[in-house]
Amino acid sequence: MAVAALEQEILSLRKRRQLYSLMGLLLVVAVLISGYSKSNEMNSGGFLQGLSKFFDYPGEIVLEAWEAGPAFFGLIVKFIPAMLETLNIAGVATLLGGAMAVVLAMASTRNVDSWGPLIPLVRRMMDIMRAFPELIIALFLIFVLGSSPVPAMIAVAFHTAGALGKLFSEVNENIDRKPIEGLSACGASWLQRIRFAVMPQVAPNYLSYFLLRLEINVRASAILGFVGAGGIGQELRRTIGWGKGAGDETAAIFVLLFVTIMLIDQLSSYLRGKLVGAGRAH
Amino acid sequence: MAIDTLNEPVFDPQTVYQTVRKRAWVTIGVPLAILFYLVYTWFAFGVPDLLSRAQPERAAILATDSVAYKIHVTKLLRRDIMEVAIEGERRATYDAENLPDWVEVNGTDAFVDLGKGYEVQITGKVMEFSVPDYGVIKVTATNNGVNTELPPGPVPDWILDNPKKFDARPTLDRRVQVTKTKIEVHNYFGGWENFWFPFHSELYGMSFSQLWALALSNERLDPSQSNMSLIMHEFLENPDWQHGEIFTALFETIMMAVLGTLTAAIFGLPLAFLAARNFTPSKILRFGTRRLFDFLRGIDMLIWSLIFIRAFGLGPLTGALAIAFTDTGSLGKLFSEALENIDNKQVEGVRATGASQIQRYRFGVIPQILPVFVSQVLYYLESNTRSATVIGALGAGGIGLMLVETMKTSRDWENTSYIIVLTIVVVIAMDQTSGWLRRRLIEGK
Repeated sequence: MAVAALEQEILSLRKRRQLYSLMGLLLVVAVLISGYSKSNEMNSGGFLQGLSKFFDYPGEIVLEAWEAGPAFFGLIVKFIPAMLETLNIAGVATLLGGAMAVVLAMASTRNVDSWGPLIPLVRRMMDIMRAFPELIIALFLIFVLGSSPVPAMIAVAFHTAGALGKLFSEVNENIDRKPIEGLSACGASWLQRIRFAVMPQVAPNYLSYFLLRLEINVRASAILGFVGAGGIGQELRRTIGWGKGAGDETAAIFVLLFVTIMLIDQLSSYLRGKLVGAGRAH
Repeated sequence: MAIDTLNEPVFDPQTVYQTVRKRAWVTIGVPLAILFYLVYTWFAFGVPDLLSRAQPERAAILATDSVAYKIHVTKLLRRDIMEVAIEGERRATYDAENLPDWVEVNGTDAFVDLGKGYEVQITGKVMEFSVPDYGVIKVTATNNGVNTELPPGPVPDWILDNPKKFDARPTLDRRVQVTKTKIEVHNYFGGWENFWFPFHSELYGMSFSQLWALALSNERLDPSQSNMSLIMHEFLENPDWQHGEIFTALFETIMMAVLGTLTAAIFGLPLAFLAARNFTPSKILRFGTRRLFDFLRGIDMLIWSLIFIRAFGLGPLTGALAIAFTDTGSLGKLFSEALENIDNKQVEGVRATGASQIQRYRFGVIPQILPVFVSQVLYYLESNTRSATVIGALGAGGIGLMLVETMKTSRDWENTSYIIVLTIVVVIAMDQTSGWLRRRLIEGK
């Protein structure tokens, strides 16, 4: 009898679970369908008309690139300085943001003896820094400082500090406290404990996250260039603005951007694999 | 073990020297390299030049303008009329009976009291501006410019005086301008003007409780619609603030992020099975799928959005597809890594019960990767809300494009700051929602 009641209960629980899953699934499907039909309406060109034109633009620039012949490689070389500028934006932003993130992380984790009252404060600060869209900071600084790579760099660095700070403080939470205790027993100051007990434990993970962020930041810097922050994005905006005739230059930039991003991705995932073993930072 | 260590020397000097030397190189070399790189970029970015060209006063203007508004007292000399209007806009002009109390208009002449002893008298084509601790500035508009009579002594730097135009701004919130066609006095006030309702709306200046009473009352202000819908209409259609359009744009941006991420997740999951070593024995298929992921990711959102803008024009669909294409690559890669790391024991257990292939996937594999799936999708949703604003600025529409456009016109900074505040609120809200969902679904809290 008791077994039958138990079975009954399990059955009803399972039914309810299935109902919830079904409802969740239906919700996702409903959001997708209504969202796509609504956005299809709101778009200035519809999906079906656009579909036939989808390959027109890529086709057009590929054709122009083909016509350019061997000169195409010259064009790629021509844009390397601009690409370098974008890489520099990402590099400096990741360096400065990363340094800032280390400070923020050390100030916001109980596990490494951060000063108590500061912890929630720094955490909220990092939340805000992460949430601030880079675009807004970049546009504001471009308005004040003029068109140059520096606004993009500052914008990306600001966001990086928040995003890396959070990841770093998660790493801090998982470290072994024994070295810290050992050092405090010798009378080490807080800075000495951070330097000799915490840093050696967290350095590989920090570096791995740092590299992942560098990857993301290269993409972000390229995009910010398009709104006037210099680098490859700005060149792209110029060639696209010219419309027909500059297709070969646009194609050259696309190729350069693609190759660079791929190279950096591969390099960073190889290095990360060496640092943390499995090759997975997340 | 302990005995072994006793027999061996604790350390051998050679190794210690080597380690110390190596570490010393790293300790000095890495910071030096970073410093060198920063110095190089300092010049590569042209920072010295940038600092000399920077216009910090623009930041000050933006800051004041975004939290303040000004009322213009304008005398148009050609048509000989006097106007008092908020931000000098025609649709926000004060009636002659309802002028603010710091302006006295007498025919086409006026006296403006800017407070703290700053006073402006406009008589005919002459403007007299008395400034405390300085004296009276007398400016006369002529047929081809302006004539200025300043008090004796050096000219202060807040006065811009040339034969065509006179401009004085002794404090941040008081300003006068004279050209041959008009005399204009700006008086600044804190706050956002006409934020709720247009200046000439019947609802202008009503308090919240008045509005509440009005919404519940039976007498219609406008016979054709209920009071509630009138209030909504007047608010959303406010021409200065364009609440309705801004809300639509925000909605578009959110839609881009949600649709893009969901689509990417739906296409990424099955493709991930094709790219995982333990699910797809065919090396060619695996290689092909992985390169497809790399290709989608490598092209990057920037290029995808530019291609989609060409094909589909302006709108949320464009942004959603750009996000979907890029993130199918990123999520697919992440999922396939998660699939390669699953525990095979569960799958074998399910197989032992005689489960079919589909049942093995459903009950052996999916429960293992579900946490990774959900948490990654939510992380991407979060970051895509930010990306969607940027894609919008490239030309896909939404709040990003609106922001760029208001910034370009740079007429009313309060509009820009309003959009900025709303964008940040939306991004933070999405952040919190996805964090909450993640906690609920994964940790079961």
